Amino acid sequence: MEQTRLLTIKGLKIEGRSGDAWHEIVKGVDLTLHKGEVLGLIGESGAGKSTLGLAAMGFARDGCRISGGTIDFDGIDLRTASETLKRGLRGKRIAYVAQSAAASFNPAHKLIDQYSEAPVVHGVMPRKKAEDDAVELYSRMRLPNPDEIGFRYPHQVSGGQLQRAMTAMAMSCRPDLIIFDEPTTALDVTTQIEVMAAIRDIVRQFGTAAIYITHDLAVVAQMADRIKVLLRGNEVEEADTRTMLASPRKDYTRSLWAVRSFARAEHPSATGIPVVSVRNVTAGYGAVDVLRNISFDIHAGRTVAVVGESGSGKSTTARVITGLLPPREGEVLFNGKPLPASFKARARDELRQCQMIYQMADTALNPKLRLRELIGRPAEMYLGLKGKALDTRIRDLLALIELDPDKYIGRLPSELSGGQKQRIGIARALAAEPQLIICDEVTSALDQIVQEGILKLLDRLQSEFNLAYMFITHDLATVKSIADEVVVMQHGAVVEHGAKAEIFADPQEDYTRLLLSSVPEMDPDWLNRLLVARSGLTPNV
Amino acid sequence: MTILLSIAVGLALFFMIGFAARAVLQAFAPAHHKPTFRDMSLTASFGLAIILLYIVIAIFAPVIAPFGEGEVLGAQFLPWASPHYLGTDKLGRDMLTRLIYGARNTVGIAFATTALAFFVGSFLGIWAALVGSWLDQWLSRFVDALMAIPALIFSLLLLTIFGTSVLTLILVIAAVDATRVYRLARSVAQGIVVMDYIEAARLRGEGMWRLIRREILPNAMAPLVAEFGLRFCFVFLSISALSFLGLGIKPPTADWGSMVRENATLITFGDITPLLPAGAIALLTVAVNFVVDWQLHRASGLKE
Repeated sequence: MEQTRLLTIKGLKIEGRSGDAWHEIVKGVDLTLHKGEVLGLIGESGAGKSTLGLAAMGFARDGCRISGGTIDFDGIDLRTASETLKRGLRGKRIAYVAQSAAASFNPAHKLIDQYSEAPVVHGVMPRKKAEDDAVELYSRMRLPNPDEIGFRYPHQVSGGQLQRAMTAMAMSCRPDLIIFDEPTTALDVTTQIEVMAAIRDIVRQFGTAAIYITHDLAVVAQMADRIKVLLRGNEVEEADTRTMLASPRKDYTRSLWAVRSFARAEHPSATGIPVVSVRNVTAGYGAVDVLRNISFDIHAGRTVAVVGESGSGKSTTARVITGLLPPREGEVLFNGKPLPASFKARARDELRQCQMIYQMADTALNPKLRLRELIGRPAEMYLGLKGKALDTRIRDLLALIELDPDKYIGRLPSELSGGQKQRIGIARALAAEPQLIICDEVTSALDQIVQEGILKLLDRLQSEFNLAYMFITHDLATVKSIADEVVVMQHGAVVEHGAKAEIFADPQEDYTRLLLSSVPEMDPDWLNRLLVARSGLTPNV
Repeated sequence: MTILLSIAVGLALFFMIGFAARAVLQAFAPAHHKPTFRDMSLTASFGLAIILLYIVIAIFAPVIAPFGEGEVLGAQFLPWASPHYLGTDKLGRDMLTRLIYGARNTVGIAFATTALAFFVGSFLGIWAALVGSWLDQWLSRFVDALMAIPALIFSLLLLTIFGTSVLTLILVIAAVDATRVYRLARSVAQGIVVMDYIEAARLRGEGMWRLIRREILPNAMAPLVAEFGLRFCFVFLSISALSFLGLGIKPPTADWGSMVRENATLITFGDITPLLPAGAIALLTVAVNFVVDWQLHRASGLKE
């Protein structure tokens, strides 16, 4: 690799405005990137990763400003460069790939039209040539039907394919630098592998330098040549990927490494009548069956993890249990007694017994209600608590989820962090004193350190109240740390079902093996080995 | 020169009223509301002051007004001079007195009408969005059918059928306006009912009334409040239009809309007296919208 400097950032400071005051988000970070090199930026949310990534384009988000330091891109000072000059660079020599391709594509235009826009605007190539080039890059990104896929609209393409199309689009002008901002975070493991492999190959083929932002260490280990760890706007340490993984120097880095090691004590074995028993359920929307003949039990005090990629019917199963989607066939038993199919027909006490925690705490908590009412309402409604008793109960619940009651009871959800919001979701479920809690991807939107906190809390509450959990997730690392039993789903059917240890040690089905092998590992050679094993292809290293 | 001078005087008054109102509100507000008024913009405090002024005038009209509402006092179209400070109208009634009573009738009716339209329209709209399926279809198609008939012609029709008392006037204009509010409330609520917190509330077993009032309405407030400011002003126009056609407020009851029309001939002589009631409407409209903007700003949490 030629050691020519492409990007040099020195003492970069970025400030963000809250109210009338400016406070520093990035507090003096240095960064060097050579041509063709991939730098991984990791850290928890709020570390300033994305802000730093955007600053590498000489850009600051609304409400932010670059207040100090220098940004030198191939001899051009991006801090003093005119807007016209920067606009000429962006898309042509520096490109950006956002976390959610689905939200970043314009839904009103075909993929190939959006692909051609940058090369045509920057005068790199005429439209006809750009379209031919798109097909070429689509095939290099291993998209199916590269000749045809560009003529689809974004909603007609799956999430993983969109993410690859976005990467191809970023490549359209053959930039010197691409910034990837969490490109695989929203994807499930099997898709993530395809996108990771495609991104890595194309970056190497064109010798493009990249900044790869993520909070997933295992992912960054596969992608980056060098890793930089950030914490609250400061650099913690930086080293070559292998050195960093083998011997991190700082405590904070080690704590990042250790997050995945959370494993909880064994739970009582499954005895007696299950709290919930799903019996031969077939359900769907319209004429389509989303679930086919699903059966499994959940016992008190135990956690059943339901895993599978998106579209496998995990959340639909939850909707059947809660009564939002009455099944076509089969039934749901609660403590041995059949539940009415629709939640509208269920008694208040039957509703109380089964509570739900949602993936996106942002949309699961009414933004206009204060915590007092958010948490207090189920207690008031189901348990008839009023006045002083209700207030005491709300305070107890807040204490239970490790939030200071006096400080938080009057707050609005917007005054909380992501992890705190999810804790409120948990408190709301607990307030009803249920027997079963359905956790629908509760940790997916959170970064790893916060995830660990939530998992520990859920585990503690489970032992304390003998709760049964149905844990829906696509993250197998979470399953490994929290589940007693695992239900593997694919295309709306249960593929495999058994104790966690058995499933992980000795998976019987091909699909389960595929899922398990797709979980990224810290080993930087993991992706290479996996790709070799899967296709017999030699990755071009 | 006169124009420049009056603009300068107007601006000075605006600032004076704005500052004074803000200071007074701050001084008398309960402790936990003090920050609300401290951050209030000058336009908002001006708007509030004007609205308060109108309310006071409307309530105490018989006390403030120098003469009786329908009293014929002398010659027609007298110039501005004591004791008729703003002259007399075409029947020789005191203009100032009628302006003051007009506040009572016009503003009172407009406010009652808009409030009713909003209560009915937003309740039905949110209800339709929440229940969906057949109820939504029935209500929405019914509202579409009503909206297909031009508003003025429809009001005329209803007023001819039910007679022209103040109560029917309020009900009829409210019914016509509620269709517009329904449309807005329904579309706003449709975006809200798909949120997870509504699903959670439904699964909790919450009743319809609570879902509408506590879960949906607070989140739909911003666009509804904005629409309120606009609708309120349109209602003046509707009342004036109906009065013009002889189906609105019955003489001799004073109402700003008809006062403009009755005395319109004076304008040709370069007299601005007929424009005073129009100015009163304009001022209130501006004031209401200043306050609405401020509320919107607060509700959306926007910073500058």
